[in-house]
Amino acid sequence: MIRILSILVGLFFTVALAWSFGNGAYTAITEPAPVTAEHEFHRLPKELHLASDGAFGRFDKQQLQRGFQVYKEVCSACHSLRLVAFRDLKQLGYNDDEVKAIAAGFNVPGIDPNTGETNTRPGLATDYFPKPFANDIAARAANNNAVPPDLSLMTKARHDGAAYIHSLLTGYQNQPAELLKHFPDAKTPQGLHYNPYFANLNLAMAPPLTSDGQVTYKDGTKSTVDQMATDVAAFLVWTAEPKLDKRKQTGWPVLGFLLFATILGYLAYRNIWADKKH
Amino acid sequence: MSFPWAHEYKPEHPLMQWMDEKLPLPRLVYNAVGSGYPVPRNLNYWWNFGFLALICLAIQIVSGIILAMHYAANGAVAFDSVEHIMRDVNWGWLMRYAHANGASAFFVVIYIHIFRGFFYGSYKAPREMVWLLGVVIFLLMMATAFMGYVLPWGQMSFWGAKVITGLFGAIPLVGEPLQQWLLGGFAPDNAALNRFFSLHYLLPFVIVGVVVLHIWALHIPGSSNPTGVEVKTESDTVPFYPYFIAKDGWAVGAFLLIYCAVLFFAPNMLGHPDNYIPANPMSTPAHIVPEWYFWPFYAILRAFTSDFFFIPAKLMGVLAMFSAILVWFFLPWLDRSPVRSGKYRPMFKWFYVILIIDALVLGYCGGAPAAEPFVMISQIAAIYYFAHFLIILPIVSAIERPEPLPFSITEAVLGQDDQAAPGAAA
Repeated sequence: MIRILSILVGLFFTVALAWSFGNGAYTAITEPAPVTAEHEFHRLPKELHLASDGAFGRFDKQQLQRGFQVYKEVCSACHSLRLVAFRDLKQLGYNDDEVKAIAAGFNVPGIDPNTGETNTRPGLATDYFPKPFANDIAARAANNNAVPPDLSLMTKARHDGAAYIHSLLTGYQNQPAELLKHFPDAKTPQGLHYNPYFANLNLAMAPPLTSDGQVTYKDGTKSTVDQMATDVAAFLVWTAEPKLDKRKQTGWPVLGFLLFATILGYLAYRNIWADKKH
Repeated sequence: MSFPWAHEYKPEHPLMQWMDEKLPLPRLVYNAVGSGYPVPRNLNYWWNFGFLALICLAIQIVSGIILAMHYAANGAVAFDSVEHIMRDVNWGWLMRYAHANGASAFFVVIYIHIFRGFFYGSYKAPREMVWLLGVVIFLLMMATAFMGYVLPWGQMSFWGAKVITGLFGAIPLVGEPLQQWLLGGFAPDNAALNRFFSLHYLLPFVIVGVVVLHIWALHIPGSSNPTGVEVKTESDTVPFYPYFIAKDGWAVGAFLLIYCAVLFFAPNMLGHPDNYIPANPMSTPAHIVPEWYFWPFYAILRAFTSDFFFIPAKLMGVLAMFSAILVWFFLPWLDRSPVRSGKYRPMFKWFYVILIIDALVLGYCGGAPAAEPFVMISQIAAIYYFAHFLIILPIVSAIERPEPLPFSITEAVLGQDDQAAPGAAA
């Protein structure tokens, strides 16, 4: 009885699925899904190698400092970094005085101790990076109706994040003639910028890194656009996961201990079972 | 109950004798995982995954309780409190990655454990209750994992919660009020987040309770084994301690090696980048996908694209998705083959292999965008899934001619069994 019921229930589901399949197949043949400009022209990020890559990789502090400089001088005009505090910058190799000086260079929201009115004051090491816009409405008003996203977690919030940042920053170009020929409707609208590494190809952000030497590096590294994009990508890997180095440093001894313990455990197992065939 | 030759607990130390009289807890442990529990000697490594699942549960509870000390279940601060754990809490990143990857490890282990059961007929008499409780544990795990994924309050948390609770909206008549009641609102918000946190903390302890019942029910008939032949004599078994403690022990080491390699060197491999974007009800992600361990069931849900007579496609999908697991409850009565182990079942063996491939295909399609050809592939795979359990198993178990079984476990291991003399009771 239960088997007859079971076969009936099985037929119910399989026939319903076959019906869905048939309808789907019919639609797929009669109305094939239209090919879109995004599908044809979107590109995956170019390969990018950073010092922090891989199980043995460690942050290149010099590079992080350069990337921080790019963020400070270029990106921070529009993008916040709200999860990072100035004190965290010590990890980049700055000493206490340098961190205090960097913090003091930013104005953060404060309260006047005499009147209680809101004002701004120079930042302290314990403050977080201030937001460039008071709120999303202000951000939209200043940026052609687009909110510049917070960058703290950007490299973890995109597939292949660091390479994505690097490719996006260096990927601005004119719309290919091929694209306009096949998809005349996909012409980049006024105020947007064509970038094949962006999901829908048209990005509100104007190219932020436009010319070599836009930032003057203190360590003498030549600041080509590609170099600046790479450095800021490396910096954003750090902002997204400041504990990355510590994680990998911890990982090796843990694996070493586990390997040792597992070998001992295996030998104990062999020893105990030595006289038992199984 | 145990076999008559099971070692008896005989405390020597006066303190332990005193304890045994007042509260025989050491006796319970001795009989559960000590020398007092005889286990078939021929268990292979697929039998280690029950113990590994217990380790995973322990990892999840310990890391989860520590995370709960620093996490704040409030829509305004939940996302930032997780980042606070990652950045400012001492070893917080370790606890969070251990917990997130621990969930994945738990599901890997449990899926192997379940497929071990499928192949070796672990669900068959006299172990039906062990199996039924196991399916209950799996359902509880899925509920717990789903609610846990909502807690970081990222984009996938929010939209995952919206899609999954939206499934209840497909139920006729009561669907929409039910969905609102579950969420405590019209969309996932603070009320939903808070109750998910509360339940996410509660359910693991319910799982512990059902695990105790699962192990209790197992100890009544004793463990099954790869031949599927029941234990006959003492030579068929070895005491759990030290033999299987040693075997499980080194398996735990090997498991932790793989788990820690992922935890320390690729902790975001199994996660979705969108969950590092704070929840935003105004912006729908391009592809809403659950965590990988739900993909096969998600593929079944999405495979129903056309209304079936008067049943809307969405309701069919929901029915099918839940049925895909509920059907496991009936397995002991659907597969009527008297032979337990798939090793001796020439037809079943091949359908089992197809089922594994089928589950992997469903999993792949469930993680892929809801577009062709993935929808059509998942429809074919879902057809096989239901056919396997509801049509093929009942028929195969009726018409199949199993291969001859060994007389006993001892014979299977040693090649001969002195007990297997002509005329001996079989």
